[in-house]
Amino acid sequence: MTIDEVKDALAGYDGRELTLMEVCGSHTRAIAEYGIPGILSPKIRLLSGPGCPVCVTPSSYIDRLLEIGRQPGHVITTFGDLMRVPGSDSSLSEAKSEGVRVDMVYSPMQVVTMAAEEPEKTFVFAAVGFETTIPVYAALVDCIIKKDIRNIRLLLSLKTMPKVIAHLMEGGAAIDGFLAPGHVSVVTGANAFRPLAETYGIPFVVGGFEAKELLLAIYDLVRLQGQGVVKNDYPSVVTAEGNPAASELCDTYFTPADALWRGMGTIPGSGLLLKKEYRRLDMGSDALLSDHKKNAACICGQVLMGKKLPGECPLFAKACTPEHPQGACMVSGEGSCRAYFVYQR
Amino acid sequence: MTEKITMLHGSGGAATGELIQHIFAKAFDNPVLAGMEDAAVVAGAGRLAVTTDSFVVTPLFYKGGDIGRLSVCGTVNDLLMRGASPEYLTCAFILEEGLPVDVLSKVAASMAWTAKEAGVTIICGDTKVVEGRGGLYINTTGVGFVPGGCDIAAANARPGDKILVSGTLGDHHATILSARLAVENEIESDNAPLVEMVSAIRPFRVHCLRDITRGGLATVLCELAEASGRAFSIREDKLPVQAAVKDFCGILGLDPLYMGNEGKLAAVVSADDADAVLAAIKASRYGGSAALIGEVKEGSGVTITTAIGGRRRLTVLQDEGLPRIC
Repeated sequence: MTIDEVKDALAGYDGRELTLMEVCGSHTRAIAEYGIPGILSPKIRLLSGPGCPVCVTPSSYIDRLLEIGRQPGHVITTFGDLMRVPGSDSSLSEAKSEGVRVDMVYSPMQVVTMAAEEPEKTFVFAAVGFETTIPVYAALVDCIIKKDIRNIRLLLSLKTMPKVIAHLMEGGAAIDGFLAPGHVSVVTGANAFRPLAETYGIPFVVGGFEAKELLLAIYDLVRLQGQGVVKNDYPSVVTAEGNPAASELCDTYFTPADALWRGMGTIPGSGLLLKKEYRRLDMGSDALLSDHKKNAACICGQVLMGKKLPGECPLFAKACTPEHPQGACMVSGEGSCRAYFVYQR
Repeated sequence: MTEKITMLHGSGGAATGELIQHIFAKAFDNPVLAGMEDAAVVAGAGRLAVTTDSFVVTPLFYKGGDIGRLSVCGTVNDLLMRGASPEYLTCAFILEEGLPVDVLSKVAASMAWTAKEAGVTIICGDTKVVEGRGGLYINTTGVGFVPGGCDIAAANARPGDKILVSGTLGDHHATILSARLAVENEIESDNAPLVEMVSAIRPFRVHCLRDITRGGLATVLCELAEASGRAFSIREDKLPVQAAVKDFCGILGLDPLYMGNEGKLAAVVSADDADAVLAAIKASRYGGSAALIGEVKEGSGVTITTAIGGRRRLTVLQDEGLPRIC
């Protein structure tokens, strides 16, 4: 089938109304950037689920980072997308302008070099992410342990994908199919979604990030409606079984734990913490149990659960903009609200 | 002459005089500056265009250019965007102590060479030294003469007009970011004075010109659409972007539509003249990869038709962007 035939089929779809959800921040952004919703028949509705790691990080995580950063001799190191996420009352970016040392890195391994250059300081790495980035954090822990580095610690907010999808479905979300996350599937393998597909009787299609790949994956979701199957439309990168070396490295250092999702509550077994024997490297990740909204009217949680669209939030594009985000979904380039705002999705 | 800048070079006394003679008077050699008066006296014109800009780029030297070349191009191009012929530049240097004098020499030589290329004369200047770590900042003010009958302004876009860009997007931004991340690639800054290009298109019905700097093409088009009270519509498949820049952006999750150049312009021209203007830009220095990318309609906002036929709105840059690219 040519791409034009796929487009025509999606534009002309006239079956029952379908709601499809993507659960990967890069998909959210790509779908908006390519203008894909405008190509689809009005009977196909795309929703953004909880696929942006920054968006599901609870406020207490940011609060704890700020608390650590204000202690003498401590340096917070983080990827840039966490900088402006609001905690209960402040963000890393605001704290930085008040003198808290927050250094942005492009790779967690940069922290190893930084820690060697300033041995008198304690470097705390903010490890936030899904299966995609968790192996990289495991590699950092591996390096800390093997080289016996004494001045690097971590604050974790690690989450796993299959559990949160089950949580959405159990919560009564009316979703007819999932665009399964491409990057997560590289690590977990496409088969990780099979139990979900079979339990809920809906298709899961692993998609790539190019416009054509996304259109094809959406087409397959429409074509396979009502069937509890997994289809891999990103075979150049994703295998059925995933990356066993990465999974093994993660299993060496991390163990499943309950996790608090911003705006969604605690989901049993949906996160990861360091194993007991490595817990000395942790700065209190197991105690992050509260989640305060900066603005009570924010509906980020309902947006993440697929219950509301960003435009239905009373704050959207008014009090809440990328310049002055009230909720995490407006901060990250992969956040649903941000994608709707910037690309007028 | 010492090897490094010290606070003494900002004293206003002998060391300052020596620095000015040794570096600036030599590099920018011309009769007006040589007078070393408190103010330059020069011949004028009926309508003057005046603009000023400060340059804080880091690193000072990058592939394809340096802060000196940038400080001339940035100001000269701003004058050109109103249709003016750039004539004079002033320059003010803020030097941090510890700056190697030969670095300053190289920057001054680069300014002199670029000023010559752009046909402008550097007629006066100032030097201050502050504490710091060897940094260098430059402010330039430019004066140009606007030819009679020339009316190029942001508010002039009309329905039916065509939108052109003079070349590939994001080159300067990608160069600076590559240097900061220590990424080796073939990308070079496009920093260049667009004097020849604007001279070539001035005879046609050119309604708006903007140089594409911080904020990128998307921000520039939003500003023009807003000022004109019109809708701008562009096509993604027409946008010129170098393959290396596209790949670099792909890896870092950047969008060339929001990345700055320092030697490219966006032009809104009468539909009847669009082909002639495009040909003139393509024939001029620095205009080889120019393209016609869209048109002006009744309405408001900027819309892009994506390569697969989807449509989305473009807004002005929402992020902080990359600090200190110019």
